[in-house]
Amino acid sequence: MILPTHIYVGPIETWATIITVAATAVAGDVLTAGATRRIGDLDLIRAKSGMSGAIRAVTSSPMFLFGVLSMAASFFSLLFTLSNVELSLAAPASASLTFLGNAFAAKLFLKENVNRRRWLAALFVCAGVFLLSK
Amino acid sequence: MKHTLTPQRYLILLAVMLTASVGDTLLSHGMTQIGPVSLAHLVLLLAALRNPWVITGILCLLGFFASYLTALSWADLTFVLPSTAFGYVVVAFLAKYWQHETITVYRWLGILLIVCGVGFVANGPSLTLHESQHPAEESTSAAESTIQGVTR
Repeated sequence: MILPTHIYVGPIETWATIITVAATAVAGDVLTAGATRRIGDLDLIRAKSGMSGAIRAVTSSPMFLFGVLSMAASFFSLLFTLSNVELSLAAPASASLTFLGNAFAAKLFLKENVNRRRWLAALFVCAGVFLLSK
Repeated sequence: MKHTLTPQRYLILLAVMLTASVGDTLLSHGMTQIGPVSLAHLVLLLAALRNPWVITGILCLLGFFASYLTALSWADLTFVLPSTAFGYVVVAFLAKYWQHETITVYRWLGILLIVCGVGFVANGPSLTLHESQHPAEESTSAAESTIQGVTR
């Protein structure tokens, strides 16, 4: 008996899983970026207290650990999405939404200056990722 | 806002791009040697950990995470992320010249758009400054307070 490789779901479930992948990825990126910003320049820390000091500085940050947890959640929700949604839709859609979501979240939570140049970059990269999947 | 990147920091961004794309390609090459892994035969994933291509791929991805975190400690997320997207371009070239895959016109167009996107941010400032703080002072003071915490 040949088993189907994908169980096709409706559009609401499809986009809900894709948005979950993107949202957890954005949370992971913003939390790790916020944590490294608080910790400070890792090049300087490594120069002064070695690689072990840099690793200790990073892993002792709860914000960083939550970021890694979010990244792991994103990875497993991507695996779940790929078991239900076609790769040619799931991968580029989640990657593109992640790029745009990161631009919004960086402006909102990290107070980054997301100027016109950076918005254009996010949009160009989104479009580029979509075309790569064709 | 102004440029804060030294040549060494551009090298770290290059490492972010290359380690991610080369790592993914090595994993892909290794997993094609292992063959398809079904839910009923998950033990095959352990066998994959003995494949030299997979091992090298994992080492590359560990290098990616280290250099990605380093880059985030002195540059904005919205500066680093489009740079990492350049890895898609590297993967496309590796797929064409190493795996001998065909690159369609759509993909070349996608590559062009990503290159343009990366160019937009690469020419701009790398870090947002808050409350007229100097970038060197900001990163140095934060790093020194962390070092004190670590060495304590």
